[in-house]
Amino acid sequence: MIKLKSKTQDALLFYILRTIAVVVIALLLGIIFVLLHSAWPSIKANGLSFLLRKEWNPVEDNYGALPFIFGTLITSFIALLIATPVSILIALFITEYLPKSFSRIISLLVEMVAAIPSIVFGLWGIFYLAPFVKNTLAPFLKLHFGFIPLFQGPSFGIGILTASLILSIMIVPTISSICRSIFELVPAHQKEASYALGSTKYEMIKLAIISPSLSGISSAVVLGLGRALGETMAVTMLIGNTPLISTSVFAPAATMASVMANEYADANTPLHVSSLCYLALILFLVTFLANLFAKSIVKSFSRG
Amino acid sequence: MTDYNHAKIILEAKKLEAWFGDFQAVKGITVDYREKTINAIIGPSGCGKSTYLRCLNRIHEEIEGARTAGEVLLEGENIYDKKVDVVDVRRRIGMVFQKPNPFPSMSILDNVVIGLRLQGISKRSTLLETAESCLRKAALWDEVKDKLSSMGTSLSGGQQQRLCIARALAVNPPVLLMDEPTSALDPIATAKIEELMNEIKKDYTVIIVTHNMQQAARISDFTSFFHYGNMVEHGMSSNIFTNPKEKSTEDYISGRFG
Repeated sequence: MIKLKSKTQDALLFYILRTIAVVVIALLLGIIFVLLHSAWPSIKANGLSFLLRKEWNPVEDNYGALPFIFGTLITSFIALLIATPVSILIALFITEYLPKSFSRIISLLVEMVAAIPSIVFGLWGIFYLAPFVKNTLAPFLKLHFGFIPLFQGPSFGIGILTASLILSIMIVPTISSICRSIFELVPAHQKEASYALGSTKYEMIKLAIISPSLSGISSAVVLGLGRALGETMAVTMLIGNTPLISTSVFAPAATMASVMANEYADANTPLHVSSLCYLALILFLVTFLANLFAKSIVKSFSRG
Repeated sequence: MTDYNHAKIILEAKKLEAWFGDFQAVKGITVDYREKTINAIIGPSGCGKSTYLRCLNRIHEEIEGARTAGEVLLEGENIYDKKVDVVDVRRRIGMVFQKPNPFPSMSILDNVVIGLRLQGISKRSTLLETAESCLRKAALWDEVKDKLSSMGTSLSGGQQQRLCIARALAVNPPVLLMDEPTSALDPIATAKIEELMNEIKKDYTVIIVTHNMQQAARISDFTSFFHYGNMVEHGMSSNIFTNPKEKSTEDYISGRFG
């Protein structure tokens, strides 16, 4: 009797778990299907040249994705460029310099940054960061690095640089918390091996912490990239939403996510809606590949 | 046993004490070590012998909450003096750890010469020469000479430990500390390391912590017995193991505790 009961219990548990797993996978496939289905008219009309065309003109029903792909990649790239070193330094400070009792509080606070809603970042960006970029950062960059095309042209406060800065702040918690857990995995005997050979703390960090963690750090960066690529609200508020490909980081631009958020509600023609879905599909593919790539690095990292 | 009374004193501990937070692990050790001898430290687990050893190259202080008091004189100079650079101390007093710890991202060759690289030596011929001579001293050369560029961690445990010995020797420290270097190894690997100790002794002074009393008796010239953070007895190994003065030493070496 008891045996029977435990058997049904186990069977029930198995079915529940299996159903949940199947539902999650079905959802993923369903989303891909719906995206493909709604993007199909645009895929048929534009083909792959959609990826390379520069015009995006809903009035003439003419759509090309390049400005948005450019905007997404450039903002994410600049954000990573800023966030990666900062995150590694934060992680090193927490693991190697702070006493244990302190390090927990500080790492908690850093991770809390990730809990700030995107829209709040956006508002803060409009009220503080954009004026700061316009009045302080852009004049400074123009004065000292103005000979580089990247830092030429007028700055209105909102644009690529401001959006990238807000993105970098948003992905620091992701990258630094992964780096921190990687650095914590470095065994004490590795650090001691380095000290015992007469290395300074800096050399010890290079030798025993950073160099064996390189693949882990890169996977942290790719996961941060995944977050930056898809980030919508704060970027939409700060990038200027102009489908332009500009050499200046002060210029406004638009990302795949921001154009979708901006235009979906007002899209009138079927091709406009469908082209936005085509963009969604591209964004989904890119973030999917980034996450897959990060996972494969983590896998090879944990293997040896 | 050779007469070491005329050998130069290379390292001395004077009233050396060590703490972890409020716990005092080492309670005032005063002893001297003569040049080119092997000195064993034995004692039951938790007697402070490893902590004491880790004070001799100031690696104890890298642990959070750890501190020390007293002096350690290396060739007459106190390594705990404020003017002394700890990096320099550790270059002159090498260390081999309980668990083989080659750097996982480095080849065999890079592991051996990393100490030299840290000192800014980058001439390839110098590095190769040092690597060969140190790997020979560590009795590993013949086993790895054809695969110097493979990963250090691809070697067996015993080979890895000899690699770590070679790595420590490469910076040419007059004193080499060994913290139970064979406790993680099988008997054959252990025998190999004991064998090479006699070679190392020709050029270096070795201080070795060991759990294995037979090992201490086989390889060391001097032995100290530690108990509860104190050094109960120190003397020629031949005397300690055949004719200990203290009752607790006798109890320990005859296997009555520990």
